[in-house]
Amino acid sequence: MSAASTLRPRRKRHGVSLAARGEPMLWLGGGALAVCLLMIAGLFALILRQGLATFWPCPVVRIATSDGGVYMGEITRRDTEGTDGEGYPARELVRTGNYRLTQSHYQWVDEQDGNAVSRPEWALVVERLEWGRFYGTPRAMVIIEPLPGPDPSAEAAGRWAEQMTGEGEPLIAVQRAAPGGADALLVRPADLTGSDLILGGARAFTGPQAAWSAFNKYHGQVRARWHRRRRLEDVDTGAINQREEKARLNMRRAEMAVASNATEATRAALETSRHAYEETRARAGQEFAGIRNRIQALDSENQRYQLLLETAGEGSMPARGVFLPLDQVVRAYPANRLGVGGKVGVYLSRWWEFISDEPREANSEGGVYPAIFGTVVMTLLMSLVVVPFGVLAALYLREYARAGAVVSSVRIAVNNLAGVPSIVFGVFGLGFFCYIVGASLDQLLFASSLPNPTYGKGGVLWASLTLALLTLPVVIVATEEALSAVPNSMREGSYACGASKWQTIRRIILPRALPGITTGMILAIARGAGEVAPLMLVGAVKLAPELAVDGLLPFIHPERSFMHLGFHIYDVGFQSQNSEAAKAIVFTTTLLLISIVAALNLAAVFLRSSLRRRFSTSGF
Amino acid sequence: MAGTAVSLIPSAPLMAPDTQQEAPGAPRIPETDIARAVARGASFRAEIHDKLSAEEPVLEIREFNLWYGPTRALYDISMKVPRGKVTALIGPSGCGKSTLLRSVNRLNDLVESVSVKGDMRLNNDSIYGRDVDVIELRKRMGMVFQKSNPFPMSIYENVIYPLRIDGEKNRSVLDEVCERSLRGAALWDEAKDRLQDNALGLSGGQQQRLCIARAIAAEPEVLLMDEPCSALDPIATSHIEDLIETLKGEYTILMVTHNMQQASRTSDYTAYMYLGRLVEYGGTSDLFTRPHLEATEHYITGRFG
Repeated sequence: MSAASTLRPRRKRHGVSLAARGEPMLWLGGGALAVCLLMIAGLFALILRQGLATFWPCPVVRIATSDGGVYMGEITRRDTEGTDGEGYPARELVRTGNYRLTQSHYQWVDEQDGNAVSRPEWALVVERLEWGRFYGTPRAMVIIEPLPGPDPSAEAAGRWAEQMTGEGEPLIAVQRAAPGGADALLVRPADLTGSDLILGGARAFTGPQAAWSAFNKYHGQVRARWHRRRRLEDVDTGAINQREEKARLNMRRAEMAVASNATEATRAALETSRHAYEETRARAGQEFAGIRNRIQALDSENQRYQLLLETAGEGSMPARGVFLPLDQVVRAYPANRLGVGGKVGVYLSRWWEFISDEPREANSEGGVYPAIFGTVVMTLLMSLVVVPFGVLAALYLREYARAGAVVSSVRIAVNNLAGVPSIVFGVFGLGFFCYIVGASLDQLLFASSLPNPTYGKGGVLWASLTLALLTLPVVIVATEEALSAVPNSMREGSYACGASKWQTIRRIILPRALPGITTGMILAIARGAGEVAPLMLVGAVKLAPELAVDGLLPFIHPERSFMHLGFHIYDVGFQSQNSEAAKAIVFTTTLLLISIVAALNLAAVFLRSSLRRRFSTSGF
Repeated sequence: MAGTAVSLIPSAPLMAPDTQQEAPGAPRIPETDIARAVARGASFRAEIHDKLSAEEPVLEIREFNLWYGPTRALYDISMKVPRGKVTALIGPSGCGKSTLLRSVNRLNDLVESVSVKGDMRLNNDSIYGRDVDVIELRKRMGMVFQKSNPFPMSIYENVIYPLRIDGEKNRSVLDEVCERSLRGAALWDEAKDRLQDNALGLSGGQQQRLCIARAIAAEPEVLLMDEPCSALDPIATSHIEDLIETLKGEYTILMVTHNMQQASRTSDYTAYMYLGRLVEYGGTSDLFTRPHLEATEHYITGRFG
C-alpha cells in the first residue's frame, strides 16, 4: 500500500513573519529599559558630581585686569554666551567674598588678553561665622594687649613696646584712614601719626609664614573658648529660662483659677505663686548676670587674637588691611599651598562640618545637622505610628472581615488614598491636627500658656501623624499582600493542631508575613522621608531654635518645630540671599538626602533578607 | 466472577434490598444500581461487612451530608471507625474521601460555602452539635496532610506546637513530649542533634515524619491522614508505612489514599467510596479478595478509576 496516496494534502505553511517572531518587541523592550536606566543613572551622576564637588577646595587666583582692577578669589563658573563672532568676551564668575567691603559675594570678570592671572602663594581662604568668605594674604597674626590709660597715646605705646617680653614682635595695631575706608596696619611706635586710631599693642608675628604658624597655634584654643561661650549662651541660659517660664506659668494658672473661682484658697495660692515667681525672677536675674560676666570675659579674651589680612583690592578699590578676630574664623587655609593631602583634609573636614554642625548665614553655609536630626526623628515617629496601625488594619481586612461589598469598598478607598496629592494631607493635618486637636489639647492642658499655642501649631508630632496618614495605604497594601501569600497549607496545619484564629495569626501567619510587612515599612519610610509639601504646613521651619530631642525634661518635645532635609533643599535653593553659593549646597544636600534614604532602604532590605532566610523552604 | 448470583462468602448475610433501590434480591448487587442511584442524585445504602460490628468504634459517622454551595459532595455517609486500627478510604478522584476526612475535624468549616447535615461522634461526643467548641475538638485529633507543612520554626517548636497553643509552659514536659513524639515518628535519631535547626531544612520524608510527630504530640484520639505518602519517593513512603504499622494499636488511624496497593499493605479496614457515597466497607483482605459489590470489584481490578 503506497503511503503517499493515503495522506491528505497538508495546509501550506506561511513561514514565520517578523511580527510573529517578535524581534522588534525585543528591541523595543530592551531600548525602553536602556533609556530608563540611562535617565536614572544620569540623575545620580549629576547629583553625585555636583554634590561631591562642592566642598573641594579650589585654587585662589588673582586677576589684574588691564584697566587697573584687581580681583582675588575662587573661580566658580565660566560664561561664554554671546562670545561667537565679535562682541562680548567670555567672562568668569569669581567668588571674591569680602561681603562687607563690596556688598556682593561674587563678581563677574571679563576674560581679556591684558589680564594678568596669577596664583599667589599665600592667598588665604577664610570661612567666617558671619558675612561669608574672605580672601586675603596674611600680613601678620597679632595678640592685642590693651595699652594702659584711658586715652592711649604714642608715648604709652612706646613704653609698652619697650616693656613687652615674650614671643612676637611688639608693634602697635592702628586703623589709618584710606580712600574708601580705613586701612588696618601694624606700625612701630616711632611711626605713629596723629590721625591714627590706636587699637592696642600687638604681639605680632609678621610675614605670611609666621602668621600662618601662629594662626594654627592659637586658633584651636580660641575656638574652644568660643564653644564654651556658646554653650553658656545656649544651654545654661536655656535652663534658667525654663525655670523662670515654669514659675510664670504657675502664676498664670493660679490667676486663671482665681478668675474662675475666687475663694480664699485660690487667692492664697495666687499669692504664693506670685511670691515664688518674683523669687525665681530675682534669682534668675542674678544667674543671668553671672553668666553674662563669664561670657564677656571669654569674649574679651578671644578678641585679643586677630589676623591681619591684606585684600587684593576689590576691582577698583585699592588693597587694604583688615583685622579678622580669630573666633570669627571657622576655617582658613592657604589654597595654593595645599598638596593633595591638604586638599583632601580640607574636603573631609568640610564634609564633617556639613553633617555635624548647625547652619549659618541663613542656611547657605555651615552644616545641616539639625535638618538631619529633624528628618530622622520625624521619620522614626512616623514609622512608629504607621506600622502598627497599618498592620492591624490589614490584618482585620484580610483575616477577620467577611468578604463582601463593604470590605471591597474599604480596600478601594485605601488604595485611592495613596493617590491623593500630598499637600492635601498637609492641609488636613493643619486643619485637623493643629487647629482642632491641638487647640483642644491647649485648652485642656496648656491653658496657662495661651494665647501662645503649644500644640495648636505645627510640630514634630503633628507632622509625623500627617505623614503617617500619607504612607498608611502603602503599609496596608503591602501587609495584605504578605498575609495572602502565606500558604493555606500552613494555616490548615495550625488549625488542625487545635489553634484558634488569633494563635494561628500570631504564631504562624504574622512571622511568615514579616518580610512582606518589612517591605511595606521600607516603602513607607522612603516615601515619608522624602515628602516635603505637607511638612511645610505642619511643622517644618527654616531655622529651628531647638532640637526636638534634648537634655531638658521631658527629653522629647513633640510640640517643637523641626528642620527637615527636603524642606531645607527648597529653602536653600529658592529663598537664600547668596544664591550662587546656595546652588552648590542644594546639590550637596540632595546628595545627602538620597544617601540617607538609600541607607535606610539598604538597612531594611538587609533586615528583610535575613528574615527571608529564616523562612526559605527546601524540597518542594 | 461477573454475573454469578450467589454470594461467595457463606458467612456474610445478604444485604436487604433498600427501598430506594429497585434491585432484585440478588446477593451481589450489580453496578447498574449504583449508577441509577447516582443518576437520580440519591444516596446509596453502603455494604458494610459484619467484621466491623465486632469492633469498638472510636469515631462514628451518622448520615453525614455535605454541600459545597449548591453542589452536594457527600450523600448520607454512615460508618464506624474502629479503635486502634488503621482504616483506609479509597476511591477514584472526586469521590469525596478527602472531604469526608476534613469534615471529621471540621476543617471544612474554614471554607465559606460549606453546609452540612448529620452528625459525627468522637468517643460519643458530638462533633457537629450546636454548642461544640471546635478548638477543643480539634485538639483531640491530629491531622497529617498530603503535602508536608512544617511551620517556619525549629524542629522542637514544630513538634510541641499543639502543646504550646494549649498553654503548656513547663519546659520539662515539653522536652519529654518532644522526645516521645519524635521517637514515635521514627525521627528522633536523625533530629535529636538538631532540634533547634529550622524545620524547613529537612528532606521531604523527614518533614512528613515531623508532621506526624506533631500530630501525635498531643496524644490524639484519632489520627487523620490525607494521602500522607503521595508526595514522597518510594523509600520515604516505605518508612512512613512502617511507621503507621508501629503506631497502630496505640492510635486509631483514618487514612485517605489514592494508592490501592498501599491500602492493602497498611490498613486493617478499607472503605470504598464513589461519587460522594460510601459503597462498601469491610476488612481489607476481604474487600480486596472477595468484595461484595461488583462496583467495588471493578474499581479494585482496575476497570476504571
